[in-house]
This record gives sequence, structure tokens and C-alpha cells, in this order.
Amino acid sequence: MSDASIKQNRGLTAWLLADFPQNAFQARCQRAYIGWLSFKTNPIAMLGLIIVAFLCFVALFAPVIASGDGTTQDLANRLAAPSAEHWFGTDELGRDVFDRIVWGSRVTLYIIFLVSIIVMPIGLIIGTASGLFGGIIDKVLMRITDIFLAFPRLILALAFVAVLGPGLENAVLAIALTTWSPYARLARAETLTLRSSEYIMAAEIMGASKARVLFAHIMPMCLSSTIVRLTLDMAGIILTAAGLGFLGLGAQPPLAEWGAMIATGRDFLLDQWWVPTIPGIAILVVSLGFNLLGDGLRDVLDPRSSGGH
Amino acid sequence: MTDSSTVRSAAVDFKPYVNVARKIGGGVLMLLLTFIGLTAITFIIGRIMPNDPVVAIVGDRASKEVYEAMYLQLGLDKPIWQQYLIFLNNILHGDFGNSVMTTRPVIEDIKRFFPATLELATIATIVGIIIGIPAGVLAAVRQGKLIDHIVRVIGLLGHSIPVFWLGMVALLIFYAKLDWVAGPGRIDFFYDGIVDPITGVILIDSAIEGHWDVFWNAVSHIILPASMLAIYSLAYIARMTRSFMLDQLNQEYVLTARVKGLNEGAVIWHHAFRNVLVQLITIIGLTYASLLEGSVLTETVFAWPGIGQYITNSLFNADMNAVIGGTLVVGLSFVFINMLSDILYRIVDPRAK
Repeated sequence: MSDASIKQNRGLTAWLLADFPQNAFQARCQRAYIGWLSFKTNPIAMLGLIIVAFLCFVALFAPVIASGDGTTQDLANRLAAPSAEHWFGTDELGRDVFDRIVWGSRVTLYIIFLVSIIVMPIGLIIGTASGLFGGIIDKVLMRITDIFLAFPRLILALAFVAVLGPGLENAVLAIALTTWSPYARLARAETLTLRSSEYIMAAEIMGASKARVLFAHIMPMCLSSTIVRLTLDMAGIILTAAGLGFLGLGAQPPLAEWGAMIATGRDFLLDQWWVPTIPGIAILVVSLGFNLLGDGLRDVLDPRSSGGH
Repeated sequence: MTDSSTVRSAAVDFKPYVNVARKIGGGVLMLLLTFIGLTAITFIIGRIMPNDPVVAIVGDRASKEVYEAMYLQLGLDKPIWQQYLIFLNNILHGDFGNSVMTTRPVIEDIKRFFPATLELATIATIVGIIIGIPAGVLAAVRQGKLIDHIVRVIGLLGHSIPVFWLGMVALLIFYAKLDWVAGPGRIDFFYDGIVDPITGVILIDSAIEGHWDVFWNAVSHIILPASMLAIYSLAYIARMTRSFMLDQLNQEYVLTARVKGLNEGAVIWHHAFRNVLVQLITIIGLTYASLLEGSVLTETVFAWPGIGQYITNSLFNADMNAVIGGTLVVGLSFVFINMLSDILYRIVDPRAK
């Protein structure tokens, strides 16, 4: 950012780029804005953002976009080829594939949401506690983390689903149970560098309790790297969920889950290619979007690695 | 290090060996801990399964006496930690119980199915190394050029494609439409049983015994599933090679070498790549381990009689011994490969502490 161009701006832009922020809120907005400016120049990352935003848009407005609820059967019209009426054709029960893709975006978002709200708190609490308290707590927690880190994810998720029974929520729980460990490692590493910083010392001198330091001062600082990592992992999580769905262990019919749609469409690949092909493309596009977005976010939030990746 | 002075005074300097031994010792300790963790979790999974392990063996028409005899024989009356020790003891003796589905001991089944998975994962890893490393180096050297973009896009696609879907599409195109390769399965029925299983890996067995017709049939079968897995390993290896290589090329020693007037090939391969190679050991280990477990979906699509398919089939038949045995074997090889690459890394890289 050159200073000359900043000075010419007025109003909101000037406020966002002022040399001396007046309060914490302005400073925070400035950070986000400057990050956004650098994010904007990265076309690949923008493509990722557009894909993910589009997914959210479709999921949000599914009732408007889809012509039906995606579960209504029309056996007279089964396996119809793509046409003006059925953009992506119909499946073996005469359900509109386009509608099912649209409703399936909700399932995908639901998986993303559930995994995030399970994995982030577990990883953050274990990691920050481990880093802050140190000693025996650190040793025990990190050994447990290492053990989970060394586990094969898909196989373990399979075994968990075997115990919990097939179903979308159980599949998500199984994925989350096998995914949290890298986040604990990450949060611990960040905590170790933060622990000796002056603002933490200041908080402690002012009498902040350990819990307050942990939740109010350290955890928020670990959040950005956790979110970046989660975005990068999201493609893998979506693929695992789809894989479990494909094996019949994830979402159960008639729920329109993309992986399960591929599994049921498998038999029609030869003559009615659209039934299994379209959900596959949907999965590909969405996980590609998260990969692109994650790459871009990492470049913005972690400038150290921007050259390397 | 209090004993370093005494070691140094000896005629032979033992210190490096002591360090290596300590590194290996640390690795082995971690391996043991992970082993205990893995067995504990599979044990718990087996214990909280909704179906009754006694009924699974004696059937639900057994008399009360038979049921109770089996209940005692399985040690289900003992405290839970004793049951875990029994479980552990059985595993260490290679006893995973019998499979309900195949009625054979689970360990026998695993011996039959595991080589097929190993065959697939090994070939995919080798392909990934052969193509991925040069591609990654080339992309780093020509950063921002066309080849770099191509490698990056392939790297991202390899991480975004649902492999089970790609496998189906590949089967449709290359088997059903073009008929270039053989279809699902490991070998045609016609060739089944010709080759005696020596290693269990058909490609090796048929080559040893000189059955080249069987060998080529097996090659024709393995090309597609191995390619599916190779796309993943290739993408990951190329992506990591590129990023490691970029890190190295920005270092000052590379600049020094260039200023010295070394040609570009020597700078890249003798200086920068040497340092990358060490880091790649871990990446290759990780790839191989994740292919071993990640082949579950590929095996399902290609009807490949490997351990992944064995586990999923057993799962649908509520055959718990088989599921636990399979999970444990895959988990252990996963852990073992990771530990091996970690130890190898520490030995090869003199800077690793």
C-alpha cells in the first residue's frame, strides 16, 4: 500500500486505511480490510471464495431454486435424459437430479458446520491448555494427540460408524473424532509462542485467572490459523463424508447426499451417465472451492508461507 | 549430557551412535504407546458394539448352558481391564478370533486380502514418486510459468476429486467404451488359481513362476485402480516437493552456489534437491500409509479383493472380529510406516535433533 493512494481516499476507505486507528474496533476492521485487499489480488483464491459463497447461496435459497423437494418420485418419468424441464435429468425413481443436487448442498453445509463446531473447540481447548499449563498436563495431552494423529482416519471412521450405526450425524461424529488432533498440535504451538509475550504477562499481573488468560487472551489468537487449517482440511472432510455416504454408511435415503447419490446411480453409469456423474462433479467443485479458498486464506493470514506454497 | 566427556575421551567416538540409538528408542516408545492406544480404542469399539459377541459365535438358538460356557470362555465375566489384557495377549499371538462370514480365522483372511492392498498402494506410491518429484522440482524452478500452473492445478484437483467417482468414470471410459484395460477384480476368472501364492502379490508370483500370460492379465487389471490412487499420491508429492524446493531455492546457499558459477543443473539437483530429499522421506511415508487405508473406496469401486473391501463387507454383515482385526492391521501398518519414515528422517538428516 503506497501512502499517496491512501491519502486520496475519503469516507469509509479512509477510515479503514488511516495511519493511526482510533480504537480497537477500527484497528480490527483495518486488519481485515488490508487482508481483503491482498486476498482480492489473488484470482485463484477469489475463485475459491466465489464457489464457497455460491454453495452457501444455493443452500440458503434451496426452496426457491429447486422446483420440488427432491424426494418426490415420478416413476413414469424415471431416468429421463437432461432436458429443459429436468436440467440434470431424473434418477431411477424419477426424482429430479437438479433438485437433489440443490438440496444436497444443504447436507454438505450441515456436515461442514457440524464438523467445525466439534473439531475446533476440542482442538483449541486441548492445544491451548497443553501449551499454557505445560508440565504433566502437556505431556499427557500431547501423547493422546500423537496417538490420534497416528490413526488411519477413514478406517477408524468406518469402525466408529460400525458402532454408532450408519447415519449422517454418526458419520460426522466419526470424522470429527479422527480429525481434531492436528488442531490441538497447531493451537499448542501458537500458545507456546504467545505464553511468554508481554500482553499475557500484563494480564496475569492484573490478576487474570488462568482460565481467563486461556479463553479471553490466548484462544482468540489461535483462531485464525485454526480456521485456515480447517478450510484447507474441509475438502478432505467433504470427500470422507461423501465416501462414507457412497459406502452406505453416511446419510441414509431418501436424503439427497451427493456421495449416496453416486452410489445409487452407479448401476446406471453406462446408459444414463447423468445420474452418477452430476453429483460427482458437485463434490469435485465444492472441495476444489475449499482448497482454493484455504490456499488463499493461508497466504493472507500467514505471510511467512506465502512464497512457499 | 553428563556422560559426553567420558564418551569423548574413549578411542572411538560413540556419541553419534548414542544419539541415533536414543532417537530410535524414542520412536519405538512412541510406537508402543500408539499400539496400546490403537488396541484400546478397537477394544472399546468391540465392547460397545450393539450385538452380543456370545450370540455371534454360538447362534441365538443355543441352550443356556452352551451360552454361559461360551460367556465364561470368552472371559466376559472378568473385569474390563483383564478382558483388555486377554484381547492384547490374543492379538500378540496373532489370534483375532474367527470370522463369522468366511468361518476362517480372521488372521488367515487378512493374510489373503492384505497383499492385494499392498500391491495397489505400493504401485501407486512408486508412480507418485516417479512422476510427482520431477514435476514438483520443475514447477518450483519455473515458478509462475505454465508448467508451474499445470502442476498446481493437478495438485489441487488430486485433492478435490472423489476417487470413487473418478474410478467409476474411468471404468466406463477405458473398460466399457474403449476396452483398453481389464475390468473390475484382480484377475480374470480364466487365470484364477493358476499361480501358486508365494508372496500373495500376483504380479510378483506370476513373474517368479514365469506365467507371463497371467502377469499381463494382472497388469491389465491393476492399471486403472493403481492410477486412481496414484493421482492422489502424485498430487500430494508434487505439491510438497514444489513447496520444499521453493523454500530451498530462496536460501542464501543457493545464491552462493550460483554466484560461484555452478551450472543450474548442479545447483538444483546437487544443492537444493539434496535438502528436499530428506524432507520428502516423511511425505512419501505419509502418502504410502494413507494409500493403504485410503484404498477402501477404490477397492469397492474396482471389486479389488483387498483389506478395505474385506472390512466394509464384514461391516455390513456385522462380522465384528473381522472388522476389528482388519482395522487393527491397517492401523498398525499405518502407524508403523509413519514411525519408520520418522526414524529414517532423523537418521538421514544430521540436523534433526
